[in-house]
Formats: sequence, C-alpha cells, structure tokens
Amino acid sequence: MPPALAVRGLGKRYGRLRALDAVDLEVAEGELVGLLGPNGAGKSTLVKIACGLVRPTEGAAEICGAPAGSAAARRALGYLAELFRFPGWVSADELLVLHQRLAGSKGGAAERGELLERVGLAEARDRRIEQMSKGMQQRLGIAQALVGSPRLLLLDEPTSALDPSGRRTVRVLLEELRSRGHAVLLNSHLLSEIELVCDRVAIISRGRLVAEGSPSELSRARGVEVETDSGVQLFEGATRDDAPGIVARLVAEGKQVYGVRAVATTLEDVYLEAVE
Amino acid sequence: MSQMLVIVGYALRESMRRKVFVIVLLLSVAFLGLYGVGVWRAFRDTTGFVGPDEIGLDPTVITGATVLGLAMFATLFLGTVLAIFLTLGVVRGDAERGLLQPLVVRPVGRSSLLLSRFVAAAGVCALYVAVLFAIETVTTGLIGGWWPDNVVVAGAELAFAVVVVVALSLLGSIFLSATANGIAVFMIFGGGLVAGLLAQIGRAIGSDTLRSIGRWASLALPFEALYQSALHVITSSTSGFERFALELGPFGGSVGGGVGVVIWSVAYLVLVGAVGLAAFARRDLP
Repeated sequence: MPPALAVRGLGKRYGRLRALDAVDLEVAEGELVGLLGPNGAGKSTLVKIACGLVRPTEGAAEICGAPAGSAAARRALGYLAELFRFPGWVSADELLVLHQRLAGSKGGAAERGELLERVGLAEARDRRIEQMSKGMQQRLGIAQALVGSPRLLLLDEPTSALDPSGRRTVRVLLEELRSRGHAVLLNSHLLSEIELVCDRVAIISRGRLVAEGSPSELSRARGVEVETDSGVQLFEGATRDDAPGIVARLVAEGKQVYGVRAVATTLEDVYLEAVE
Repeated sequence: MSQMLVIVGYALRESMRRKVFVIVLLLSVAFLGLYGVGVWRAFRDTTGFVGPDEIGLDPTVITGATVLGLAMFATLFLGTVLAIFLTLGVVRGDAERGLLQPLVVRPVGRSSLLLSRFVAAAGVCALYVAVLFAIETVTTGLIGGWWPDNVVVAGAELAFAVVVVVALSLLGSIFLSATANGIAVFMIFGGGLVAGLLAQIGRAIGSDTLRSIGRWASLALPFEALYQSALHVITSSTSGFERFALELGPFGGSVGGGVGVVIWSVAYLVLVGAVGLAAFARRDLP
C-alpha cells in the first residue's frame, strides 16, 4: 500500500526565493507526523503543494499513490488551511452539507452530527459562522477537513486560535484519528503539542528538511542532574545508568544527596539547534 | 456534474446574501419608478411638439425608441455593476481571504469551480437584465403606446452583453485583487461605451477613423457591439426620416451587427473561458 503522503525531491521557487529545496518526506497510513520550523521555513508551502494549491518547481508529491492535485489525491485528503475563512452566512451544519456534497460523502446527518460532536460544536450546529468565535470556527474547520473520512489529513496550525481546553479536544481527536488508521501531517508552532501527539517529527529550516525522527530519537541524553547540599550539579554526558555510581561517589565524598534525575534534550532544544 | 451544481447553488445563495444584490434591487426599483415618470412626461410633452402628419415624423416612435434606448443603457450599466460585484473577487480575492482554498482542495476541481461560478453569475445577471428590460418595455408600451420592433432579440442581446462582462470580470479575478479587478472592468466597460459613441458620431459625420475605432472596439469588447445591436433591433423596421433622426441620438438607434455579432461574441466567450481556465489551472493559490 502506498504511503498516505510521499514527497520526493520537492522544491519550490517564488522568483529568486527558494521556499523549498529537495525535501523528502513520507507519512505512512495511521501515522501522525508533526512539521516544525520557523516562520517562512516552507512548511505551509509543502502542505499547499500536497493539497494541489501550489505547483512544485521540482520533485513530486503523491497522496495515497496519486499525484498531488489530481482528483484521486483530492478525494483522499482533508485540509485545514492556516488562514482559512468560511462564508459567514452559512450555519455549521450547512457548511458541512456543502463539503459532504463536494467530497461525495454519503454520511448524511449522522456524519455531520458526529463530526460536530467530536469537535465540541454539537450545540452550535445551527449557528451562523459569522456568530462564532475564531476558536469555534477553527473547530468547525477541523470538522470540515474530516468530512468523508479522508485517509490523509493536512492540518496547518489547527490550534492557533484555540484555548487550552480546545487544544486538548483537538489532541484527543488526533489520537483517535490515528487509532482509526488516518494519517495526519500536523503543521504547528506548538512544540509541546507536537511532542505529545506525534509519532514522528520533521523539522524544516530555510526550505530544507534538517531533522527527522520520533521525539525520543531526536532527543538525546544530556547528563545527570544531582541536587546536593552544595547545590544542583550537572554531570554532562552521563546516562541514567551512570546515576547510581555518581550518587555513591558524592555520598562517599560526604555530600548530602537530595535528588537525582537523568536529563535529556527537549524537542525545543533539538528544534533550536536544528534551525539556528 | 452534480458537484458543479453544488457550486452553482452555493454561488447563487452567496449572490442573494450579498448586500450588493439588495442595493442593485433597490436602485432598480428607484430607477424603474423614475423611468415611469420620465416616460409619461416625455410622451406627454412630445405629442404636441411635432405633428405626425406635417413632416412624416411620428413622435411616438422617436420618443419611445429614445427613452427605451436610454433605459437599455441604464440596464446595461446596472447589470454590469451586478456582474462586477458578483465576480470581482472569485479567484484571487477569495483566495486572499481564505475562502477559496477549502473548496479547491475538494474533488470538484478548478475548471468545474470556475465554470460553475460563471454559470451562476451569468444566470443571475442575465435574468436580472432580462426582467428589467421586460419591465421597461411594458412601461413604455403601456404609458406611451409604443412597442419595440423586436423585444426578444433586444433583451437577449442586452443580457448576453452582461454575460460577456461577467466572463471578463471572472478572467480578471484570476490575475488581479478584488479592488483592482473591479476598477479594471469598470474602465473596460467605460472604454467600450465611449468607443461605441465615437463610432456613432463617426457614422453621423462620415468619419472613417471614428468608424474604425468603433469596429475594432466591437471586436475587442463585444458587449459594446451587442448593446449597439440591441439598440438597433428595437427600431429595426423603422425607416425614412424617423430612422435618420433616431441614428442621430446616442440612445434612439444604432447600426445592427446581425448574427455576426452574436457568433463573434460566443467565440469571444469561449476564448475568454479557455484563457481563464488555463490561467486558473496554473495559478498558485496563497
């Protein structure tokens, strides 16, 4: 079975500006991949190429084996843009009806009700979009992207307007989607969010893929931190296995040990190291 | 096909919800009221001004054709306002606002989307123009007792002229932001009308240069040729001194383009559509 998203040697130029440069990336079925990078790194360009909104200058992108932008590719994906807007005069339910018809979904009212329930908008199904807060519109955007149960979801900053409770709702939803076998490419600035839900992380900087792996693969041991009567001391390069020996040595030296923990680089450390 | 109908339905509902539609309707009602008063005064005042038996000139024909010609110009203008405001931001404007992307990524496809938007806007504008022209014709006939020679062809050509404007505005929306496109299409519309007027003056004074300007303008902007042709057919059976008198005025009469204008306009529409579809297919959306 082809991967949900396969990007090979992808490049995009806007005049003299190179927005993407030879990017290779795959998202397997049922995998949740986080896309990280500073503003202007090329993350949104990659997502837009995958959706068929932007044409690549070099390389190719495929959705479930079909060229990005083709009808087959569009049938297999759901998309929420970073700067999206829905017509203010339709209700949440009417918007989902429109997208069901466009996506060819036969889910009917049951699907719409379930989607609104999952994003916490069941009570607002008849409310016009112009009467909704930005956060509610973002939740509705996620519901819209899920219409027709697409195999690949491309979410560009889906939680930027959400409060902590809304973010938690989306996080639970993403985990649920993964368990159902949907593939998700999540473009976000929120490192903690990515770290919590993603199986794999790809970091893009200046149009190039500079790091890729699971959060645990990307983070590495930084040392062992010991709190003694003379303060906190970091033993750089030491691992968790070295901790008992370090503690024994300190006790032998007559120090009082109050706490000890193995410390590793966070995703934030990895990210900053990769993009700077 | 069913997805195209969904987009057509969506665009029609959007048209009805937009304030511009309400404004155009209110303006139309105000215009029709004024037109009724104007027609009544014009016929009343001109009946005693020229006697029909003295020089063979029927004032009813001159007055009727002139006021209806004026109404046709106003109808074309109002139809153009509606056409431009319904389509000025369909591609780039909606893409910049983030409205287009959720629709384009659906399996409906870009060409179907653009064609659907065209069908919806053209349908609304053509219907609007046809209804307005029908009301003007009936008003003129009932108040003044004058009826155009060919109501159906005149109304159809006037509606077709606005459909050409819809196509041009949609094409412009692919390349220009909403405001720039609106300004550009209004300027093209104004340019076309001025060229047509120059051609009419050219015919009256026998200037080949002005006639050439009119001919080329009609080819480049066929909405102008369709409008002139519609003006012509409302008095196509009129002859003699009345015909001469009508052709002197900017609204009362014109030179007809015949079937050639309609054929060229259809070809022009296909050409504009092909360029628009090709450009939209290649365009990156922000």
